[in-house]
Amino acid sequence: MTVPRDFAAHEAALLDERRFDDWLALFADDGHYWVPLLGAAQADPFSHNSLAYEDRLLLQLRVERLKSPRAHSQHPASHSQHVLQPSRIEHENADEARLRTPFLYVEARGESQILLSGTARHHLVRTPAGWRIREKRIDLLNATRALPAIQLFI
Amino acid sequence: MTSYRHYPERVAALVQHDRVHRDLYLSEEIFALEQERLFANSWVFLGHASQVPEPGDFVAQDIAGRPLLMVRQPDGAVHVLYNRCAHKGTQLVTDESGNTGRFFRCPYHAWTYKLDGAPLGVPLKNGYEGTQLKACESGQGLSVVRHVKVYRDFVFVRLSDTGPSFDDYFGEVLGAIDNMVDRSPEGNLTVSGGVLRNIVHCNWKMYLENINDTVHPMSTHESATKAAEALWEGHAPTDPKPMAMEQILPFGSGYEFFDKMGGRVFANGHSVLGVNFSIHSNYAQLPEYEAAMQAAHGIGRATEILQRSPQNSVLYPSLSVKGSPQAIRVIRPLAAGRTLIEAWSFRAAGAPALLFERAMSYNRLVFSPMSVVAHDDVHLFESIQQGLRAGGNEWVSLHRNFDAAELAQSTITTNGTNELLMRNQFRAWAKSMSVEAAP
Repeated sequence: MTVPRDFAAHEAALLDERRFDDWLALFADDGHYWVPLLGAAQADPFSHNSLAYEDRLLLQLRVERLKSPRAHSQHPASHSQHVLQPSRIEHENADEARLRTPFLYVEARGESQILLSGTARHHLVRTPAGWRIREKRIDLLNATRALPAIQLFI
Repeated sequence: MTSYRHYPERVAALVQHDRVHRDLYLSEEIFALEQERLFANSWVFLGHASQVPEPGDFVAQDIAGRPLLMVRQPDGAVHVLYNRCAHKGTQLVTDESGNTGRFFRCPYHAWTYKLDGAPLGVPLKNGYEGTQLKACESGQGLSVVRHVKVYRDFVFVRLSDTGPSFDDYFGEVLGAIDNMVDRSPEGNLTVSGGVLRNIVHCNWKMYLENINDTVHPMSTHESATKAAEALWEGHAPTDPKPMAMEQILPFGSGYEFFDKMGGRVFANGHSVLGVNFSIHSNYAQLPEYEAAMQAAHGIGRATEILQRSPQNSVLYPSLSVKGSPQAIRVIRPLAAGRTLIEAWSFRAAGAPALLFERAMSYNRLVFSPMSVVAHDDVHLFESIQQGLRAGGNEWVSLHRNFDAAELAQSTITTNGTNELLMRNQFRAWAKSMSVEAAP
């Protein structure tokens, strides 16, 4: 993929198809997945806590766990649907790009489903293999409210 | 549907020596009675004084279904008021926290109150001349919660005018708070980094029991711990672990580990799990921090403080404390089948930033709505809430290691997998529920 504008839609499709290994491969070695507890208002992942702040090791743990038949909370399994607005490219040069993608996210499991909304911010780096994620930051609307379990990847 | 309100013997019969009836978890009537009796008559955790550092700072929080305000006074004291205008019942503030300045002003008709709730003024004052306003509650300012205890900055309330004193109610388990605060070389904690808040569709008691359940990790958390072990395979035991691995891998410890950690129960439902050691005992040593602790407390006392590292200390019925990492969980019941669980992190004055990182990291990994460890817990609690509706068996078993001798004792030290730590909660429950609510 050479056009960063399409990246977020491609990435979301992998998640919605539960192709988690392929999704994880989109992350750079130093890549992070970050859901700040203060949403867009949060400055960094260190001075304040986050709903998730994970490097590749922890993301791998999540992906491997989902493959286990003993992942009890996946009986029945969760499925996600990302509904994205077109990404806006906030910055792009030869080495990196920054995208801003407002979204609705639905996670369904059994009889229940949850709806979240917010803006995804991708910081992408160009590699010989294509664009890779240095950071995917998800700023939830009202991130501080009490939430039910969010089991897959926003 | 069984009615309980006017039948104390029916409530008492729900808790047997070694098992409890499902209505404890399912009945909305029991839930309403718990709010009126257990949560009104017990000392319940409200908040932390560091949330309201300046005069006029407030935190709004419901306890037992009643809207409260924790407010810092001009003289530095922390008071607790009901968040209800004396006039028509408007909540004086609707933000979760903030600073109200030098007084509260109701947004509806502009009645004003001092920070301690005393009445300041009402518009069209002359219209009240010759009326009974001043003689009744509405003319006397905001209702005040009279029984407030600030224990080393942890703020507790007892809403009812009757009930045990704070010290009698908690007794020795206050050592858990002492240990948490003493881990600051300056003896001072600050709530920091935000609160992770989870909605779980289960009864609050199920969550509180599980805090003392040492037999579930092997089966409940197998998917997470096996994935972590597989990722860490090939590393020598002495290899330094990333903080996340240091915190997750011990969840895979076996039955023997959890049994030997030991537990202790106290009167009124309180407990300490992990009196000998816990999954938190083997976090990397921090020489600089230990030196600061020794300078503050002396070598012997510093060692004693740092070696005490229980799994969980429960201050029944609302608070679970971990001295290391510096984190608490607060249990806020919302309905028979709905509970709010909060995970708070603390910054210890005079301790290295790494301690605060540990608290945030642990809460994020284990108590976040996105936690892979919690997903299986939450799923199973919600599964129990549904499964208990089944026919045939209306009881929940708490038989493991039951010993009739335990009925006559209050403080007991025992093995870590003894379900006594849960039975003890339900004995306290039965005792609190037998007390009629104050009017």
